Amino acid sequence: MANMNEMYVDVLIIGAGPAGMAAGIAAREAGLENVLILERENEIGGILKQCIHNGFGLHRFKEELTGPEYAQRDIDRMEELGVAVQCDTMVIEIDSGKRVTAVSRTHGVQVFRAGAVILAMGCRERPRGALAIPGTRPAGIFSAGTAQKLVNMHGFMPGRRVVILGSGDIGLIMARRMTLQGAEVLACAEIMPYSSGLNRNIVQCLQDYDIPLLLSHTVVDIRGRERLEGVTIARVDEKLQPIPKTETEYACDTLLLSVGLIPENELSKQIGVELSAVTQGAVVDDTLQTSIDGVFACGNVLHVHDLVDFVSEESAKAGRAAADYLLGKRRAPSESIPVADGSGVRGVVPQRLCKPANNAQASGVRFMFRPDRVYQNVKVEVLDGKHTVKSVKRRILAPGEMAEIPLSAGDIQSLSGNTVTVQIME
Amino acid sequence: MKPKIVIIGGGVIGCAVARELSAFSADILLLERAVDVAEGASKANSGLVHAGFHAAPGTQKAMFNVQGGRMFEALCKQLGVPYRRNGAMVLAFNKQQLDILHELLEQGKANGVDGLEIIGREQVLAFEEHTNPTVEAALFAKSAAVTSPYELTYALADHANVNGVGFQLNTEVYSIEQCEKCFRVDTNKGSMISDIVINCAGTGAGRLHNQISDRKVNIVSRKGEYYLLDHDNRPMFSHTMFQTPTGMGKGVLITPTVHDGLILGPTALDIDDDADVSTTVDALKTIREITSITWPQESLKTVVTTFAGIRAHETGGDFIVGAVDGAEGAYEAIGIESPGLSSAPAIGLYIADRIAEDFHLHRKPKRIPPPARPKSFADMTVKEKRHAYRQDPAYGSVVCRCEQITEAEVRAAIRRPVGATTVDGVKRRTRAGMGRCQGGFCSPRVMEILSEELGIVLNQVTKSGGSSRMLSNRIEDAFLEMDGKHE
Repeated sequence: MANMNEMYVDVLIIGAGPAGMAAGIAAREAGLENVLILERENEIGGILKQCIHNGFGLHRFKEELTGPEYAQRDIDRMEELGVAVQCDTMVIEIDSGKRVTAVSRTHGVQVFRAGAVILAMGCRERPRGALAIPGTRPAGIFSAGTAQKLVNMHGFMPGRRVVILGSGDIGLIMARRMTLQGAEVLACAEIMPYSSGLNRNIVQCLQDYDIPLLLSHTVVDIRGRERLEGVTIARVDEKLQPIPKTETEYACDTLLLSVGLIPENELSKQIGVELSAVTQGAVVDDTLQTSIDGVFACGNVLHVHDLVDFVSEESAKAGRAAADYLLGKRRAPSESIPVADGSGVRGVVPQRLCKPANNAQASGVRFMFRPDRVYQNVKVEVLDGKHTVKSVKRRILAPGEMAEIPLSAGDIQSLSGNTVTVQIME
Repeated sequence: MKPKIVIIGGGVIGCAVARELSAFSADILLLERAVDVAEGASKANSGLVHAGFHAAPGTQKAMFNVQGGRMFEALCKQLGVPYRRNGAMVLAFNKQQLDILHELLEQGKANGVDGLEIIGREQVLAFEEHTNPTVEAALFAKSAAVTSPYELTYALADHANVNGVGFQLNTEVYSIEQCEKCFRVDTNKGSMISDIVINCAGTGAGRLHNQISDRKVNIVSRKGEYYLLDHDNRPMFSHTMFQTPTGMGKGVLITPTVHDGLILGPTALDIDDDADVSTTVDALKTIREITSITWPQESLKTVVTTFAGIRAHETGGDFIVGAVDGAEGAYEAIGIESPGLSSAPAIGLYIADRIAEDFHLHRKPKRIPPPARPKSFADMTVKEKRHAYRQDPAYGSVVCRCEQITEAEVRAAIRRPVGATTVDGVKRRTRAGMGRCQGGFCSPRVMEILSEELGIVLNQVTKSGGSSRMLSNRIEDAFLEMDGKHE
């Protein structure tokens, strides 16, 4: 239905971080004219803008870039191709008819009607409140990403004596960043017996600066009425419960939290997209289409990645799929095959495979997941029902690093239609 | 000559008194020790407007609860404060508890509470499907409601302020001394003389009372801890769910908030330190244990935060409201624990009327209406949003993405008559930072707007006044500092 107040766009992408940019570029490259990205912040690039450290792009560009440099490559390409981005624009409502309401300082309230929607909203950090850590609620407690923004974008230090809870990558990066800026980072406490961050960050951000990583430890008390004065860290048992008499007090004015990232799926819920309880992102098929026709999801809103390179790769696929969908090139799925987490596997994506009607339209898939703990010298297997169709040896698997196993077009074509399971075999 | 009136304490009671008194010709000053009003019990309680069956007939608690409850809806409407009559239930799981329901029912009737009835299991489960199916019966109170205690306090303060009441914050009263026909009030900001003092100092009220009265009171700080759960679609319970009362009060309950969150709590523990609002492992465990009786499938997956508040309990067990014994010109509202919020409008009116009568105050011919409280952007229709944007383009800039709070609303909160000066003040006035990310995304922007509006540097912005600065030094200062060290 045509409505004077509505603007039609072929593909509307929500979020101009690495996921939205890659999706936009791919959709445009695939031949769509009318691609629009809506970005709530005042600049393109998402979280990359505040990631001024290097290490981005090793897989994609075979060189080490900073976050802003990595983003600039996509920004340049978007300009070449004419991918439209509207910044300072917050999507406030979206319905299953792909009608998107947004608000911005320059345009006020706008309503778009989209042929396809790509969800690329990224994720947010788990806050202190969600952990229910006992103690006071003073100033000086920040999630690591907020602290990173304050330091790198606003030019202010959140504090001078720092304890970090959680060993997510942003926390590790901030341990180094704040040390370089003259702060004293006393310790990084991780409740699990392993880190949730990349090994390279543990080496380069903690070990190189003699910052102790306390595995199986957590913060059990927070002190200070107005500004943080100190925290108590205790060892935890196998059930993650604090062990009495293992408490150590740390006098500090800052506590940074790096205790998990949560895909920001509030809009996805509004449209009615089916979500996975494990990834907390959408349930998607191998074209990254959600449970709603013409709505795709990619990047950290789908599942939290470790490396931006893989976000870009996944999101380009979503962009191409959205173009195929609109240009009528979509493989007609003859069958939808469910994909399940097997033993040791958490949150495999995609959760469905569309078996194409003919071989010519087939393409491979790469299953991505996290192991539920650290494994050494194991096999990752893909099962068709009870029958193993693929098996790959892995020397080490850790929850801090996303694992993967590819399946070729031929393998997919030969699937029986029973549930496909991805599992770890010791 | 206009009498000088000093109100001590900027909680919901002090602000309700201030607003009622502002209808009269007087020179009124409210003193608050914190950086903002509503920083004590008024910011951390269950947010309930009780029906009025919990208190024994003849007590001040019963009287003010029922009177206040009747005033509440109109007051909230006038001030633009959220209020929802959601109804409450007291659950009984056995015969003994069922007897208590009947006692509460009779007590409620004696107190003049309308709309009370005892309902059976089927009806309880029909109202609230997540209730423990072993429930026997419930006392159902139709008139019970929820409100936002701090938003009410801010609105009362604003309305008092536009009608001439002065608000002096960061001012702690050390002592009150009765002189001849006046009072000398000593504070950390110096002394002042006043004709009338009104003691609404919460946990500090007992000490001040005992300075001017021979009939001593004893205020105990009673800490209550809470869980707040996120509004995922809609709250699990739409009614306020009590269990039968305990010796320490109405007990741990489950209630929706006016903003569709779900509150679990409060515990009750008497403590020595009236500023100790820390949460504890034990109390949080107690809340989980007790609430899981009402809600067996209890899920705390969507916990937004945990918090604690302190209520002022007078060991006599009742409110002490009115003129102070043996100190002419002094008035008080002491021991205002639950149902203090429900009673606040009635207590405010009672004290103001009493003073007006005793001192022959002249009613002003006209009172300035409360400042308009525009609908929040998130609650507007698309048409209303377009209109709001045309009036002020800052409505186009969303600051808090979780609660959809715009820059226009943050600036308005700072510019209100008794406006926000801190990150917490903005949070409670606008909800920016109250959502699931707990300020992770919006707090840097909120700090920027505060620094612009207040004309201060970013690192002078505080969370809640005093030494609660959000940031330390500018980065270039750090370099200078390090250079200094190496020289």
